[in-house]
Amino acid sequence: MIEVKNLVRSYGLQPAVRDISFSVQEGEILGFLGPNAAGKSTTMKILAGFLPANSGSATVAGFDVSTQSIEVRKRLGYLPENAPLYPDMTVSDYLKFHARIKGIPSRQITQKVQAALEKCFIVEVKNKLIGKLSKGYRQRVGLAQALIHDPQVLILDEPTVGLDPVAIKETRDLIKSLGGKHTVILSTHILPEVSMTCGRVVIIHKGKVVAEDTPENLTTKLQGVRSIYLEVKNEAPNLLAELSAIQGVNRVSITQAQSYLVETRQDLDLRDELARWVVNKGYGLIELRTEKVSLEDVFVQLTTQESEEELTHA
Amino acid sequence: MHNILAITRKELHHYFSSPIAYALATMFLFINGFVFLMVVYFQQQADMSVVTMNMGVIFLFLCPLISMRLFSEERRTGTMELLMTAPVTETQAVLGKFLGAVGMLAAMLALTFHLPLFLILFGKPDIGPLWSSYLGLLLLGSGYLALGLLASSLAKNQVVAAVTGFGMILFLWLLSASGDIFSPPVTDILKYLSFFEHFGDFTKGVLDTRHLIFYLSFIGYVLYLSVLSIRNRKWR
Ligand SMILES: Nc1ncnc2c1ncn2[C@@H]1O[C@H](COP(=O)(O)OP(=O)(O)OP(=O)(O)O)[C@@H](O)[C@H]1O
Ligand SMILES: [Mg+2]
Repeated sequence: MIEVKNLVRSYGLQPAVRDISFSVQEGEILGFLGPNAAGKSTTMKILAGFLPANSGSATVAGFDVSTQSIEVRKRLGYLPENAPLYPDMTVSDYLKFHARIKGIPSRQITQKVQAALEKCFIVEVKNKLIGKLSKGYRQRVGLAQALIHDPQVLILDEPTVGLDPVAIKETRDLIKSLGGKHTVILSTHILPEVSMTCGRVVIIHKGKVVAEDTPENLTTKLQGVRSIYLEVKNEAPNLLAELSAIQGVNRVSITQAQSYLVETRQDLDLRDELARWVVNKGYGLIELRTEKVSLEDVFVQLTTQESEEELTHA
Repeated sequence: MHNILAITRKELHHYFSSPIAYALATMFLFINGFVFLMVVYFQQQADMSVVTMNMGVIFLFLCPLISMRLFSEERRTGTMELLMTAPVTETQAVLGKFLGAVGMLAAMLALTFHLPLFLILFGKPDIGPLWSSYLGLLLLGSGYLALGLLASSLAKNQVVAAVTGFGMILFLWLLSASGDIFSPPVTDILKYLSFFEHFGDFTKGVLDTRHLIFYLSFIGYVLYLSVLSIRNRKWR
């Protein structure tokens, strides 16, 4: 649905996007991560047809963003960073205007505006001036604007910024419900949000893609090893040695009394065997689970690793 | 067409909810009423030509003040990003905004209709010049607005847009005055390019297609430049 190849863009001499390639399948929700100034917004502006790229190509729904921009824009809902809106219009007038320029036939406008108001939970402020709304509500109006024409593709630049926790959850649920029918790219700085809503993640740093995978794979891949947390009820002085002897186990460490951390190769799942061992020996199994690395750890590792690399190169 | 009118409607909405527009309209009406009083009451002439000429002069600074916000404001607040990522072409955006500004100017002109009506009720003016004067004013003002729109597409700051627009309009206006310095062929060209030169006939009730063509082709050309300006700005 979205195909990005070797995108490069700089502002004057300042490079913003150095070489970005990725693709998004139809119905997928892609999380776009990266530290500040990584080039997320710039990439999204290029995809939305607002900025041209210096080189490289991008297609949305099969149309080239630079040569068939209008076709792309017909199929696209875009929420820019900070949701720029017209402060002197009421919410419903504003949405009507966007419905019109997005080519919705006149007789469907009222109905589409109503649907967008409901989806984004802004029905009660529809007759208020946008300039008098709180930041969170303005953000929701921006989202409603992007959704109004039921676009195939949605590009949302930090859609949950400024929302309260309840609204964040509602918006996340809304975005999740868009998956399957719509293709979504969303950028965010809230990492748990990505694990919750996105099927796949692209992490960019200094204008380049540094990782691209599902949130689960990213966390296990980074770890390199799989850690299994094991807790038993009874005292088992030999357990450490016994566990170490199991085929495939690399290392065992004791975290607390009767709690162990078993490390194996990441492509090996020994949970079943470990459980059987402990039960057969009568140690009393209390807990057994895979220890997770958070996406936060992955993010920090990936985006600081490269700076260290650059330092050593210099 | 659909998109153009949607944008025109939006621009008119901005004008009618902006204090600047009301201040401009008030000033415009006040000065015109004053000039009308001087000519009609004190000089006892049932004639609008002086008032019309005066309006043409007021347009010099009124028009750039009307057009200054068209693109500058959208670029400053970032709404340009949403407008230009909707399925709207640069041409549609330029035409929609231009028509919105013309609509605003036409509304201001309509507010002065009571002046000629007053003449018709209490005097015996020539009806022809009244009509052609208003047509001339609308064309002259539209030409100025087109220049102002071009200036607005170039500058991110509204004040800079207004000053640039005013400069361009003043330059065109002065061409007829400077024309006399040169010898015939140059003079003729300069006079042809001068905005006010074409305006005179309208106030006398003469409808000449040459003047019509001049204004319309001028507006078309300047709007075309504005489209190019918007299109190229995206390449920065
Ligand atoms: N209009 C602009 N003019 C000049 N430089 C710009 C402009 N917009 C962005 N940049 C530069 O391009 C780089 C990438 O910016 P971009 O906005 O794409 O980052 P981002 O990943 O969206 O960051 P954030 O997380 O802070 O939103 C930055 O170094 C920034 O300074
Ligand atoms: Mg950004």
